[in-house]
This record gives sequence, C-alpha cells and structure tokens, in this order.
Amino acid sequence: MPDITREEVAHLADLARIDLSDAELDHLAPQLAVILDSIKSISEVAADDVPPTSHALPLTNVFREDVVRPGLTAEQALSGAPQVEQQRFSVPRILGEL
Amino acid sequence: MTAVSVMSYDDALAAFDPVLGLEVHVELNTASKMFCGCPTEFGAEPNTQVCPVCLGLPGAMPVVNAKAIESAMRIGLALNCDIAQWCRFARKNYFYPDMPKNFQTSQYDEPIAFEGYTDVEVEGQTFRIEVERAHMEEDTGKSMHVGTSGRIHGADYSLVDYNRAGIPLIEIVTKPIEGIGDKAPLVAKAYVAHLRDLLLGLGVSDVRMEQGSLRCDVNLSLRPHGQVKLGTRTETKNVNSLRSVERAVRYEIGRQAALLTEGTAIIQETRHWQEDAGVTTSGRLKSDADDYRYFPEPDLVPIAPSREWVEQLKSALPEPPSVRRTRLQEAWGFSDLEMRDTVGAGAMTLVEQTVSEGATPAAARKWWLSDLARRANEAGVDLLSLDVTPADVARVQALVDEGKINDKIARQVFDGVLAGEGTPDEVVTARGLAVVSDEGALSEAVDRAIEANPGVADKIRDGKLAAAGALIGAVMKEMRGQADAGRVRELILTKLS
Amino acid sequence: MSDLTRRTAAELADALASGETTSVEVTSAHLDRIAGVDHDLHSFLHVDAEGAISAARESDARRSAGKPASALDGVPIAVKDILTTIGMPTTCGSRILEGWVPPYDATVVSRLKAAGLPILGKTNMDEFAMGSSTEHSAYGPTHNPWDLDRIPGGSGGGSAAAVSSFEAPLAIGTDTGGSIRQPGAVTGTVGVKPTFGGVSRYGLVALANSLDQAGPVARTILDAALLHEVIGGHDPLDSTSIDQPLPPLVEAAREGTRQGAARDLSGLRIGVVKELGGDGYQAGVRARFDESVQLLVDAGASVVEVSCPHFVHALAAYYLILPSEASSNLAKFDAMRYGLRVWPEGIESPSAEEVMRASRDAGFGDEVKRRIILGTYALSSGYYDAYYGQAQKVRTLISRDFDAAFEQADVLVSPTAPTTAFKIGEKVDDPVSMYLNDIATIPANLAGVPGLSLPSGLADEDGLPTGFQILAPAMADDRLYRVGAALEAMLIHAWGGPLLARAPELAQKESVR
Repeated sequence: MPDITREEVAHLADLARIDLSDAELDHLAPQLAVILDSIKSISEVAADDVPPTSHALPLTNVFREDVVRPGLTAEQALSGAPQVEQQRFSVPRILGEL
Repeated sequence: MTAVSVMSYDDALAAFDPVLGLEVHVELNTASKMFCGCPTEFGAEPNTQVCPVCLGLPGAMPVVNAKAIESAMRIGLALNCDIAQWCRFARKNYFYPDMPKNFQTSQYDEPIAFEGYTDVEVEGQTFRIEVERAHMEEDTGKSMHVGTSGRIHGADYSLVDYNRAGIPLIEIVTKPIEGIGDKAPLVAKAYVAHLRDLLLGLGVSDVRMEQGSLRCDVNLSLRPHGQVKLGTRTETKNVNSLRSVERAVRYEIGRQAALLTEGTAIIQETRHWQEDAGVTTSGRLKSDADDYRYFPEPDLVPIAPSREWVEQLKSALPEPPSVRRTRLQEAWGFSDLEMRDTVGAGAMTLVEQTVSEGATPAAARKWWLSDLARRANEAGVDLLSLDVTPADVARVQALVDEGKINDKIARQVFDGVLAGEGTPDEVVTARGLAVVSDEGALSEAVDRAIEANPGVADKIRDGKLAAAGALIGAVMKEMRGQADAGRVRELILTKLS
Repeated sequence: MSDLTRRTAAELADALASGETTSVEVTSAHLDRIAGVDHDLHSFLHVDAEGAISAARESDARRSAGKPASALDGVPIAVKDILTTIGMPTTCGSRILEGWVPPYDATVVSRLKAAGLPILGKTNMDEFAMGSSTEHSAYGPTHNPWDLDRIPGGSGGGSAAAVSSFEAPLAIGTDTGGSIRQPGAVTGTVGVKPTFGGVSRYGLVALANSLDQAGPVARTILDAALLHEVIGGHDPLDSTSIDQPLPPLVEAAREGTRQGAARDLSGLRIGVVKELGGDGYQAGVRARFDESVQLLVDAGASVVEVSCPHFVHALAAYYLILPSEASSNLAKFDAMRYGLRVWPEGIESPSAEEVMRASRDAGFGDEVKRRIILGTYALSSGYYDAYYGQAQKVRTLISRDFDAAFEQADVLVSPTAPTTAFKIGEKVDDPVSMYLNDIATIPANLAGVPGLSLPSGLADEDGLPTGFQILAPAMADDRLYRVGAALEAMLIHAWGGPLLARAPELAQKESVR
C-alpha cells in the first residue's frame, strides 16, 4: 500500500537529482501520500490479459533515410550554455566515471 | 596505489572456474546518427555535428535511422539470432553530463535480435559462444577533464563535446560463457577478434578498438570447482584492444582468486582496466544507478520487421567466417597451423587484403605475423591499428621481388611508413634505401673487400665457398645493406674463381 | 481601427483579402490592446512587437504582390510558451528556462510563419503544462477576463485569456489532459485537441509524450478550423505524427454552420457519457449542458446515453502516466547545457551533481517537483508493474470503452469541466482537488481521440462561462467541427450574439506604445 514515507521521498528526490530542503520534504511527503492514495485503485482494475497501451496510434516502422541533414552551428548549439570553453560545454567536476 | 594481491594464474585456475560475460558495443558506420541527420565523421571540431535532437534540446524528437535498423538485423542474423517480430525502444534513465537527455534511448526487454550463437576457435578447440541479445542504442558525448592529470579523478571541471552523442551503437551481449577453464583469456580475445572480423565482413562498422568504434566490457566471476552457483561478477571497462581483453581477463582472475582465497567477498562493481599498469582499478560503486526506470520510448513507434525483409537480409549475408576461413586456407595453401597462427594474430583479413593487392599469401603472412606483429606487440596495439596498410605490405614485397630492396632493408622501409614518412616508394627514395644495382660500384666494393681480406680470399680460391660469407658481410657493410647479397656472392665467386 | 480586435480571424482574413485593412493595422491594433489590458490579465510572458510588425509588413508585401501565403496570411496569433521559437524566449512558465532562447522553431511555429501569421508573443502557462489554473506559472498567474479574481483555466490559461480578451484573434495551445479545452470552457472560447498525432510535436516541450497535442484556441469554430488546417498534418520530424492528410475541417465547419442554421441535424447520433456528468458537476454547468443537448435534439439529432465504465479510473491512470513520462522528460534540465545554473551554498568546489541538484531545486516549482517525484516512484523497480504498467492497461480499457461508445454514437458529449472558473488561490494548495478539473477531458488524451470545447452559455449562479465538450473517434476531427459549428450557430442565435459580447469591459491603460 502506498504509504510513502519521508525517507522514500528523500530517496526519490535523490534519484531525480533534486535537492529538497527539509521543509520541502515535510511538505511534499504527505501530499504525495494523499495523491497515491487517490490513485491506488488502479492496481485492481485491469485483468492480466489486458495488454498495455504505450502508443495511442497503431503506427509501426517509422524510419528516415540514412542521409545527412544540416544541423546547428557550434554557436547555436552553445548559445544557451551557462559556461563555454574551447567550443565545448563547461560543466563542474564530474564525480566518478560510470 | 596500494598493492593489490594477485594470485598466480595457474594457482587461480587450480582452485576456481572462471565464467565470462562479454558485452561488446559496436559503433555503426552509418552516414548519419541514430535518431537525427547529423553526420558521424570522426574528428570534427567540437559541437559542430549536433542538432536539437542529439543535443537533447527541449522539444526535440527522435526519428529512427533505417540503415541502423538494417545493420542491427544483419548483425543479429550473422550471429544466428532470432529477429524480433515486434520490438520497441526504451528509455534508460540516469544522469550524466555526457548524456544530453539524461536518459539513453535504448532497448530493454525487447531487443531486435536475441538467442543466437557464434563459434570461436582457440588453439584448435572450438567454443560455441551463446549470444543472448543484440540491441540498438545511442552513443553519448565525450568529456574532456580539465585539471592536473587530465583524468577524471581530481579534475577541476570538464568540457563536453556532443558530436558523438546519438551515433548508433549495437550492443551485443553474450550469455555466461562457462567451461572455458584456463583458456578464458584467449576465449575472450578470440571472441572479440572474431566479432570484429564478422562485423568487418558485414561492412557495418570500422571496428577500430583504439578509436572506440568497437568497445568491450568484460564481466568475470569465479566459482570454486564443482559449484553450480555463479560467483559475484565484476565488470571491467576501458579495455581498448584485443591484447587488453586477454590481459584484463587474466589479471581479474588473479585478483578475484586472491580475494576469495583469503575469504574476502567480491564486490559487484565496475572496474577500469589500466593498460600501463596492467591492473584493474575500482570505479564508482553502483548503488541506485542500477534503477534505470526503463519504460517504452513514447516518441518512437514499435519496429516490426517483416519476415520478407528478414529473409532478404539473411540471404544476402556474406559467407560465415568459418566457411570463409576454410576457403581462404585452401586458396592460400596454408597448413592448419599456419592458418591458426594467422587467425590467432588477428591477421586473416589483413592477409586477404594484402593478397588482393598482389602479394603471395606466404609473403603476406610472413610480414604480418613476424615483423609487423612484433612492432604491434612492442607498441601495445593490435595489428589492425598499425599505421601500415595491406597495400603498403604488398608494395614492400613487390620491391623486394623486383630486387629494388632486400628483406633487411624492407624493415627500414616499414620504419619509415610507420613514422608517417609516406608510401614505401617514397620512403625508399627519401631515405636512399634502394639497393645499389650499379654493377661498377658493386664490383669496386667487392674488389675492396677482397683486397682487405686476403686470407679469406685465399680460402675461397681454394674452394671453401662458405667463406664467401665474410666477404659478403664486408661488402654489405660498406653498402649499408643496400646491395643484393645474391649478386654480391656471384661477383665474389666469379672474381675468385 | 479599434474594432479590428473584435473581429474573428475569418473576418480579418476577409478584410485583408479585400484590402479593407492591412496586416500592419491589424497587428498594431492587437499590440495596442495587449499594451492596454495585459497589465491586469498577464496573458503574455513575452510580447514581440517589433517581430510581429516586421512579419506584418512582409505579409502586406506578399498581398500587394498578389501572393498571400495562406488564407490566414497577416492574421496575428499568440503562441503558448511551450513551443520553441527562434529569437523569442521559451520558458514553459518555469524559472529553469528563464530567458532561454531556442535555436530552432517548433514545426507548428514554422508552419505559422510559412502561412504568414505574425506572432504577437508567447503566452503564460502552468509550469511545464502541469496544472489546470495557470497558477503554477513561475511568473505569476493569468487572470480570467470575465473576472480578474478568477483563474482562466490551465495549463494554457494565457492563450485562452488572450483570445477571450481580444488581445489576439487566435492562439496556439497544447492539451495533455484538457489544457486547451478546460481554459476554453472557463473563458468562453473555443479550444480543440486534435487526434493524437494530428499536429506535430516537434518543438513542443514534452510533458507527457503519449498524451500531448498542440491545437487551436479561437473565438469561433470556423476560426479554429482555419488554424487547425494551417498547423496540422504529417511531420517527418515527429515519428508519432499521422501519415495521412487531415480531413477537410474548414469544409466541415461551414457545413455544420449551414446545418445549424437550417436546424437540420437528422441522422446525427449524440452519445451523452454517463460517467462524465452528474454529481461533482456544478448545477449551472449541467443546466447549460442539458440545454445544448436539447438544442441538438430539437434540430433532429438523436441522443443516447452511453456508459464508459472505465472512465472513472481515467484520472488515476493519467496521474500515473503523465508524471512518469514527465519525470524522464524533465531530466534534461540539469544546468549543464542551457537553463538556470545555481551554485549550491556552502560548498567550496561543487560537483556537477551538486550543481544539478541545486539548480533543479531552485528552478522547478512545487507542482513540478511533486510530479517528478511521483513519476520517479511509479517507474522505479518494484513499482513499475503496479503503477505505470497498470495505468497503461487501464488506457487500453478506456480505448475500448470509446470504441464501444462510438458504435452507438457519432460523437460523444459532456460538459468540458465540472465547474466554472474558481477563484485564484482557492485550490492551489489542494492538488487532488485541482486534478479533478480535468476529469471530463482526460479520457480523450488517454485514448488519443480528438476533443473540442465550445461555449455553452453562462452559469446562473455566478454568470461565468461554461463549456460543451464534443469527442469524436480518432482521425474524425471533422466531426467535431461539423457538430460544433452547428451547435454554435444555434446557440448564438438563441443568445442574440456571441457569448463574449457579454464579457465585462476591461479597464484599458493609456496606450504606451
């Protein structure tokens, strides 16, 4: 049953890379619990043999030809960047290699 | 770095049974990216081959590259896989600055190809490697770490180039490879070499490991002999050559064996192969990173390749490597051992290409497996990565056959070609390596040698023809090797007869 | 010529074609109107007067050369700030994209430009389209022109308010769970959600990719049809776009108007959806709805009650699917390539991770954070099957309900929203109560079928607009326009003029342009 705890919310915020303050956590957790409670009925609705719908339209096999098309200039690509160096996006130090 | 204890290989194998899992990523050689029309050329100026789609700009949407689908299916078919009747792309969600969307569009539980196999030969023994799946995904951007060492640890900040982001990748995953015993490192290497040959034959990738168009992650676990349950595995990345594959497997076996023997559990983690040090080091511990929260990519529609299309691709596949190998061995007249050595050195395609450039199979094999293999070994790279082409090799042999140079000088020619001095002909000219064919000059040199070595000359006059060797040596020395030794001998014997 | 702002887009198009006026005059008139009233309404986040006039001049030049780019060439339009526009900021109502100027146009925007419509500016919206009131905009709410203390609906409140207040004759909105239709209902305007895939999503910043659609916001059905034909149709840059031509929508609208005027709707089968009405719907809303149904019946249509039993689970399915897809879509806002970058306090040399977390915390509002957390939860291992997986199955059941209902009826009808415009601040702290505003509109998004809302009158208890929703089978958008136009004709006749004529006059600031 979706009794979502403050700790779980903190963990989810972590997964989502959002730095929630204590106040935010206190505020959010009960709201999420209420929302989850209101939607919990969903798990009892569909029988096992009902297929899921991931796409509303029954389209398949939409491709494009392997042809080069003009894209953005480096200037355009970097135009919104908070910081640029050597025509690259400058980002703060990355903690660890994946 | 603190010393890590590593058990000797033989001891490790005596106690444990290695199980391998190999994940190979292949960068396809399509003209455009997986989901957009940006070019895929290697080496362009940073961030000049990007668009809203591969840059992950808000609002951008992917469209699948038809050629990538075709290549994926051909790879699957070449690996004897089933091709999905219907499959989807899925989002693999995780955060990393080289991933513009912070999810990778990949395939999860519906790969386009699955349940295949391929046979590799190691020292006369055939191993059937089962392929679990081959699926499509996209590559990430590239980060440059700025700091004192240029490595990620201790970097001050990083600079990201997204030219590579979105290039099509095919990931090929094997099922656990068991029962390989002490051949594990060679099996791993042979599998990757074999895959590379296969992919070259299909023409779907450049498969240059040192350029990153073929990448291998090695999964390894050990279990005590007789145990059925698999041990904890580690995944080793940054394995950038065939040589590294073999060495990394060998090292990891030793490292894990040492830990297990002293009663320490293996941590399930990602490790990095350090080529210079010849060790694996611990990477970042995977904690929640494993919860990728996969779900079907809603911006793409399912792929449902018709059976007609699959059949058409299947029938147009190039001959399987084993068939090709048999055919080539016969055509070249190699013995089993000679062929095995050729394949083992990763030189089969190179020899084939050299032969098509005009060399004899024996000459091609001679150069690739001896002098060039030695150079590759010294440089710590694969044969394919050497900066000398089959055409170059064929030309060098042709120059020897023409008498323009000899075998010894040929090595200097290769020095020049590898140093980037030009084609074999250009190197011969620039370095002045041509064998002296001027009879007059040769004759004079022979005269000088005879004069300088009267005792030897007498022996020859007396019929001890073997003594000619010393005089030949003297002439060759004076000519700095640039003489045809056979002609020198003839001249000596003529003059002293 | 101040009455230029009171004309419909079709009327303006005629006036431009006949030479009665110019696009510069029309566009200027609307820019004046915006300058005069937007201070109270806050429909716009960005007004591009220079760009709009420049485009208007080009339009006039084309017309002088006898080469108008389209039927709507020169008619100005406002665009919801969720579609990318070169040279104009695209904030999606969020701080995290404050000042971000895209380097590319959305396909919808390209088509508007190619058709010659000058773009007046970008309209306000709930942050990342998450909301039903436009109160979740990081830049402050938009106010309903009918009552400035009330919400204009959401998430596309800005576009609806702009059209409702005569700041623009047309606007583009987007609808994921009702964000075009519900604002239409509470502002007395027309809003259409096309069949999923009918209008390109390339350049539409994604909320829920499998539910989002861009669509027309207008004051009349014909105007909406004209705009729909400009923006709709296959786009090779959108893999989910329908690869077939649009049905003839303008023709359907004109046909509907004729049928309405002639009171001839014989043969038309109307299905009233049992689950989209009843308790929970404001009395005045239901009264206006019933009257509209009666009008259709009086004109010869037959009506049948249909039951779509799984619609009661639509809200739950929606609030699982949307946050799941959104949580993934919004991951790209990480301060590395564009958008807000915030350095966390008290950390000497922060890592990329730390900057990401701080930026996202500072840049996203509460509702967005709620939904991201919810979505992350629903997709996480161990929960996928129970939540996201189940919701996708409920979608199938809802689609089947629609299929069955469309066997019995040509179109389905319901009130668009359960209430009229509520007061600003009334529901903003009660998420579940806010979500209920979409209860009638959500099923269409889940199934991908098209829906339209047109004004059905004012509620007795508060004198505020109510909306009538029409739903049609996938790809049958023309039915919406035909039936909608017919009803519109009959209603306007009954009212003695358009509903918006009864909207209160807005205080006009002295022109500062």
